[in-house]
Amino acid sequence: MQKTRSALKNHIVELKRFKTRLAIAIAGMVVLLVVLVARFAWLQIYQYQFYQTLAENNRVSRVPIVPNRGLILDRKGVVLAENLPGYSLEITPSKVKNLKGIISRLSHVVKISSSDIRRFDRLRVESRRFQSLPIRARLSEDEVARFAVNQYKFPGVKIHARLYRFYPFSNLYSHVVGYVGRINDVELNALEKAGQLDDYRGSEHIGKTGVELSYEKVLHGVPGVEQIETDAGGHAVADLGRTLPVSGDNVFLTINNRLQQVANFAFGDHRGALVAIRPQTGAVLAMLSKPGFDPNLFVDGIDTADWKQLNDSPMHPLINRAIHSEYPPGSTFKPFVALAGLTLDPSAANKTIFDPGYYKIPGHSHLFHNWKKGGFGTIGLDRSITVSDDTFFYGLAYALGIDRMAHYVEQFGFGHKTGIDMPGESSGLIPTEAWKRKRYHQPWYPGETVIAGIGQGYVLVTPLQLASAVATLANNGVIMKPHVVKSIQNPETGATQMIDPVVAGKVNASQADLDRVRKDMITVTQPGGTAAGIGYKSPYLIAAKTGTAQVIGLNNGPDAGEKRDNAVFIAYAPADNPQIAVAVVVENGGEGGVTAGPIAKAVLDYYILHKTPPGMEPLDNKVLPAKANQ
Amino acid sequence: MNVIYKLFVRFFRHMDAYLLLLVFSLLGIGLVILYSASDQSIGRVLYQVVNILVAFVVMWVFSLIPPQQLSRFALPIYILGLVLLIAVAIHGEVRLGARRWLNLGVTSIQPSEFMKIAVPMMLAWYLDKHQEALRLRDFAVASLFLIVPVIFILKQPDLGTALIILASGFFVLFLAGLGWRVIGGIFLAIAALSPVIWHHMHDYQRQRILTLLHPAQYRLGAGYHIIQSTIAMGSGGMFGQGWLHGTQAKLNFLPERSTDFIFAVFSEEFGFAGIMVLVLLFALLIARCMVISMNAPTLFTRLLSGSLTLTFFTYAFVNMAMVSGILPVVGIPLPLISYGGTSIVTLLLGFGILMSINLHRKLVQT
Repeated sequence: MQKTRSALKNHIVELKRFKTRLAIAIAGMVVLLVVLVARFAWLQIYQYQFYQTLAENNRVSRVPIVPNRGLILDRKGVVLAENLPGYSLEITPSKVKNLKGIISRLSHVVKISSSDIRRFDRLRVESRRFQSLPIRARLSEDEVARFAVNQYKFPGVKIHARLYRFYPFSNLYSHVVGYVGRINDVELNALEKAGQLDDYRGSEHIGKTGVELSYEKVLHGVPGVEQIETDAGGHAVADLGRTLPVSGDNVFLTINNRLQQVANFAFGDHRGALVAIRPQTGAVLAMLSKPGFDPNLFVDGIDTADWKQLNDSPMHPLINRAIHSEYPPGSTFKPFVALAGLTLDPSAANKTIFDPGYYKIPGHSHLFHNWKKGGFGTIGLDRSITVSDDTFFYGLAYALGIDRMAHYVEQFGFGHKTGIDMPGESSGLIPTEAWKRKRYHQPWYPGETVIAGIGQGYVLVTPLQLASAVATLANNGVIMKPHVVKSIQNPETGATQMIDPVVAGKVNASQADLDRVRKDMITVTQPGGTAAGIGYKSPYLIAAKTGTAQVIGLNNGPDAGEKRDNAVFIAYAPADNPQIAVAVVVENGGEGGVTAGPIAKAVLDYYILHKTPPGMEPLDNKVLPAKANQ
Repeated sequence: MNVIYKLFVRFFRHMDAYLLLLVFSLLGIGLVILYSASDQSIGRVLYQVVNILVAFVVMWVFSLIPPQQLSRFALPIYILGLVLLIAVAIHGEVRLGARRWLNLGVTSIQPSEFMKIAVPMMLAWYLDKHQEALRLRDFAVASLFLIVPVIFILKQPDLGTALIILASGFFVLFLAGLGWRVIGGIFLAIAALSPVIWHHMHDYQRQRILTLLHPAQYRLGAGYHIIQSTIAMGSGGMFGQGWLHGTQAKLNFLPERSTDFIFAVFSEEFGFAGIMVLVLLFALLIARCMVISMNAPTLFTRLLSGSLTLTFFTYAFVNMAMVSGILPVVGIPLPLISYGGTSIVTLLLGFGILMSINLHRKLVQT
């Protein structure tokens, strides 16, 4: 009985304890349940938008559709840069284990040259591992078929159909049109900073030089987007629609393709540059920098060997000499100094001097020699231009003083960038006393003024500046800003936006003085002038000025160390009704009238008379309709 | 018609109607969501229906076994389970890097699953036997019965099952009145030993814990599961994307979506509102079980039913917490919802025992 009671009591205690424990457990469960429900509410109600977006991003992959790049054409619609369809063989390095092995095996299927491999290696250094990089461009149809059959043996390698940028005229437009190349990290960062990265989704190429660079925004276009529903494995499940890309606009240059070809032919194997401008508008009709190179080499990454050859060549083919190289103008500077004299110091300019073959600064003994030994005797400004008398201009420059002269000639665009719509322009140099103090911490010497008067010493100009300055003379002193793009055309609608000529200023010179100097320049191409040969039997009048600038021959070049002057020549024609102004610099070409003059003459002849130089094949224009952008 | 009804009543009358209704509601929801999670595979669903039918038979059988009978078999069953575990350790089949299965020629079984019932039953039986005066020593012996199989299962390795069994055993001890000091001491000891535990964990287990703390760092690796399941849940919003319209599930972003992560599919398609319904059903089911446990006639039945109930809750909680990213990923399915035969059979067996306890409470009233 006792035991039963105690057992019963025990049982009651035990039951009570059990119920307490169960109650505690229930409380614990309720707490945990509240935590859980709070978590669900957080995820599904509070953070709903966030996760909804994530799920959407998971589901929908946006594949960019690369826009077609605009064409570049000459003023008449000759295509200078186009897009050709083709196949490239691409490797994604991150997906390939043994890169060397796979390339060597690939070379049994398609032709892969050592230059292809070098180019690929260079690309790999510049790119990210997961990017797909071309190992071979422009496969033949045979090669495409052969690879397609063997594709399963090459994981991480695929054929990519796309449009290639192609420059049909090769080195004729290496500098003006420039080229596109694969986007590198520096450009990528720049695009990111400019907030333009979205426009380049899926794009692999970007303008690197020339008009391809300066009109990149216009040419590139806007990418479209294809929205695809994909599963976790990245397989497309459904097409959710697309926005079409907007093609880049076509860019028409002011360049006349035939004129450019004539200039190129006339230039032959010389080094140097030529710029031809329409004086009334500033439109560049021809722009040549020699030697050129084949821009097509750069489009899909240049082979290391080709790059080395171009970059290290003493001929510097990559430099656009027409706007980047700075040359002493030599005697072509004289017409501008003459105008400075006539405007600022008429008494000095109108003086008749006696030229003994040299000039002496009053009170100094140093002799500044005339190019003609013995001199021209009694001579004034007009004849000094005709025969390019140095002595007269030494004296005139001394009378003007460097700062006055510099200030005046700068009006013609010397010493400043012209603002042409191309990248890489240099400003040239018109020295002043202040400039020398700042640059060399030295005082200005009067002798330096004297030689500046004949375009030597510190004076440096670009061929473009020379052409623009002579065009300004031809245009009665009205300066037109030089430009290479004539119009921009929407390839879909055909709507064309013309680039209007821009007046950059007016030179401070009287009409009489302008006429006088221009008349003097006509005498240069007439019997007795330094370029008499150029005007000989010409049916139209040519105003010109020759120049011969003393320089040292190229280092390591064919005439290393040899002193051979640059030949410089400026002209416009017809002198009574100017239609074209031209400047030519031939490096180490010797006398301007002899080497550079005939090149300019060939350009003038073609432009005015449509006469091709003797020995030149008939011009092939390769006119393609501008709408061929698809 | 009448005959069938009478037969029906006769066969099922003894089963608890509430439990039956709630269990089958949840199983029904499970089938509905399984259809979506399995990419609308009727085959998968039918297979699960067969699993349910088998499990139902087991439940029916166990609901008929009186608890006294059950308690008589506690020790032999436990020993059999232990022997099987040892057999697995020596001779088990390795699948997916774990030695969990025992090949019996006809079929393969997973003895650890069996222990989910056997262990709490053994502990409840042992404590019931010594209920006259439960001393610390009795708890210590009971703990030993618990620890031994847990260690075997940990070695397989099967952390999820080991933890569940550990929990079910602990619940028995807790409900039996294990002293608070001892409980505190155990937790302190676990905390103190956590570096040692960490050291003995497998790399993938450590990674799962690290992943929970910084899922973004393991975006494509171990963090993938958690990231994708939280995205699925979050994007479900208030009312979900709708049945069969969950993109995370449909497009394969969710891993293990008919088993361990089926709750993510459910959340994505039915949203917060759907979850509330599901949680309510779970809560009602647990509440019913609690009532049965309260009214259980003996210590053995109280402890066993209480432990089974709390373990069921633990199952559900751990799975939901894991899918929603507040607990590390452990391989624990959502009870009654997730696809899988063994888990359903074990669960319904447990509910069968609860029904039997409920049925026999008046008959053995002391």
